[in-house]
Amino acid sequence: MSDVILGVNRVSKSFGDRCAVDAVSFQIKRGQTLGLIGPNGAGKSTTVSMICGLLRPDHGEISINGQPVVGGDNTVKKMIGLVPQDLAIYDELSARENLKLFGALYGLKGAVLKTRCDAVLVLVNLEDRAADKPSGFSGGMKRRLNIAAALLHEPQLLILDEPTVGVDPQSRNAIFDSLEILKDRGCSLIYTSHYMEEVERLADQIVVIDHGRVVADESPAMLYQRLPAQAALTVDFSVAPGADIVAAMGLQPGVKCVQMQDHQLKIALAHADHGLGVLQWLVAQGLPPVHYATAKANLEDIFLTLTGRSLRD
Amino acid sequence: MTALLALIRKDILLFFGDRRALILTILMPIVLGAFFGYIFGGSPKEDAGKIDVALVMQDDSTIARNIGAALKNDASLNVIELNVDDARQKVLKGKLSAAIVIPTGFGDASIKGLFGAGAKPEIALYYDPSQTAVLQMTKGLLTQHAMQVVTAELAGGETGKKFVADSLAELEAKVASHSENKALRNVLSSVKELQIENSKPALSASAPAASGLTLPFVTRDEAMISGPARYNGYAHSFAGMSVQFILFMGIDAGISLLLARRLGLWNRLLAAPVSLSSILAARAASCTLIAFALLCIIFIVAGLVFEVRITGDLLGFLGVGLCFAIMTATFGLLIAAFGKTPEAARSMAIFATLIMVMLGGAWVPSFIFPQWMQTATLFVPTRWAVDGFDAMTWRGLGIDVALESMIVQIAFALLFGSLAIWKFRREAERI
Repeated sequence: MSDVILGVNRVSKSFGDRCAVDAVSFQIKRGQTLGLIGPNGAGKSTTVSMICGLLRPDHGEISINGQPVVGGDNTVKKMIGLVPQDLAIYDELSARENLKLFGALYGLKGAVLKTRCDAVLVLVNLEDRAADKPSGFSGGMKRRLNIAAALLHEPQLLILDEPTVGVDPQSRNAIFDSLEILKDRGCSLIYTSHYMEEVERLADQIVVIDHGRVVADESPAMLYQRLPAQAALTVDFSVAPGADIVAAMGLQPGVKCVQMQDHQLKIALAHADHGLGVLQWLVAQGLPPVHYATAKANLEDIFLTLTGRSLRD
Repeated sequence: MTALLALIRKDILLFFGDRRALILTILMPIVLGAFFGYIFGGSPKEDAGKIDVALVMQDDSTIARNIGAALKNDASLNVIELNVDDARQKVLKGKLSAAIVIPTGFGDASIKGLFGAGAKPEIALYYDPSQTAVLQMTKGLLTQHAMQVVTAELAGGETGKKFVADSLAELEAKVASHSENKALRNVLSSVKELQIENSKPALSASAPAASGLTLPFVTRDEAMISGPARYNGYAHSFAGMSVQFILFMGIDAGISLLLARRLGLWNRLLAAPVSLSSILAARAASCTLIAFALLCIIFIVAGLVFEVRITGDLLGFLGVGLCFAIMTATFGLLIAAFGKTPEAARSMAIFATLIMVMLGGAWVPSFIFPQWMQTATLFVPTRWAVDGFDAMTWRGLGIDVALESMIVQIAFALLFGSLAIWKFRREAERI
């Protein structure tokens, strides 16, 4: 059996004159979690739809477990669990009835279906609300039920398309706890999101997509290597340092860039470790800081570096 | 005041901004108003709908033939000459509103009947019990024409002359002993003088009717219902309203598919290992079951509370109901397939349903439609559903009539279903 569970090879899709996805390629290895990030309209959902067989690519190929994804191929569909961006549950059916419906769609029945319903309800912490209708659920609980519906048939590849939209922090944590359990069990995940901290928390591999094109496909660690500055140091003084100090600061080891604003210096560092040396140098110059703070670069910064625009543009 | 005006302006802009709703809001009352105005007589220059009547001529006398001709020339009637069996069957099945049977010997007997001499001839009048107003109108027209023809014949026709001559001869023999016969002889003598006057060409066309004469015939009215059935006005109204509101349920089923597509449920279902055909078939099947169950419940209530009885074939009733339910389900799929948004589709579907229900005779019986419209509505599935339910309830007809309704409804269901599947597949291929 191949180590690759999902292969996306130069896939393109256009809607009229607009090219939504342009020669996108990436792979996911078994048990890996892939974060798919990009701003609105970048092509994430179109890519997900093609992986699920809901859209037919104009060009390129997609395969799951070596089998090409062709619309209507039930064998491939059974390998995938889809958590769509929109809530795909019936408000008028109880949580358990919803799960029974989606389980039945994947061929589950009888005792197996009941067992799986119970298991996923426990996994998403909804076991005590199984008989309730989602119309009375909070947004977070509905999202968890949405995820549970995709887990019933124990898919080899779980695709989560922005699964935490409109969810409170507590529910978001509950969702992440569930996903981390799945990850530990060896389930492969695709996670698309605007929230960088979510992707950073889960992803082994990150595909950055913009204007329908892949602009980066690397591990988070490798992506950070692309940044000219890995960390930022902000230092406040009681007296503003002179221009000579600012110029000299720019020559210190690990310092990438220095900006002076009132009594505050903003210093971009090649690595967070260089922060201590910079502070010692300032003290040695007779400029002890009254306050300082460090910040690690994040995926938002990486996206800005790679595309020149913000993720929320 | 500024705020009030701004709010008013906002409401007006919103109302007129939804062009589709605006068109329907204007179009609906115009169409419905025009329809009802037309079928209830329309403007004076328009022809009113004619009553379809069968005429069975068992008598070949001049009087019978003239009555037949007068009925055929009447602007309110559409007269078809048939034999008595065909006439009864057509009234029984609701194809004709009434049948008039002019019996053998009517001509001679009607003249005598005019003077109360001897037994009056009996005209059988078979009628559709759901159309009692039509019965009264037909009787009125028949009386009018019969009186005109019989009195005209008495005033100058051969039958009248013979009757007067025979009667006078008979009276001459008895007049000495009975003073009242003398008066009658005088009347007949006057009639004879009138006959002589009327035999002159210039006056023969406008013979006045004799006064003090009695109706020259009696009618025997017979409601055409098969078996022991009894007409129940609720039967038709329940059939009509069931058809209307179950079609509305079908609309909701279609709209729910459109909502599912909007909300992402549709894609979630398609992402599962089930085919598009399975999803559509499941929707059609569930809608059919719901529609059929609703229909049964409605008619059970109608039976328990309003004494509506299935006096025809029970299997036929169930068959008509099931086929209507299937047709409703495919109608829902058609809406889902061709509707662009739930809101727009709902407006259009309600409009289409109301038109179908109206033309199907669910609101007012189709017999009061003009003839061309009665023919045109044969292409409306609801007409067959309503007629099918009528046939199996108060008309008390057999499975053969139910089969007609079932076949036509299934044909419509196939048409609707095929169009819907074609559209769904076409869209699936496009993505």
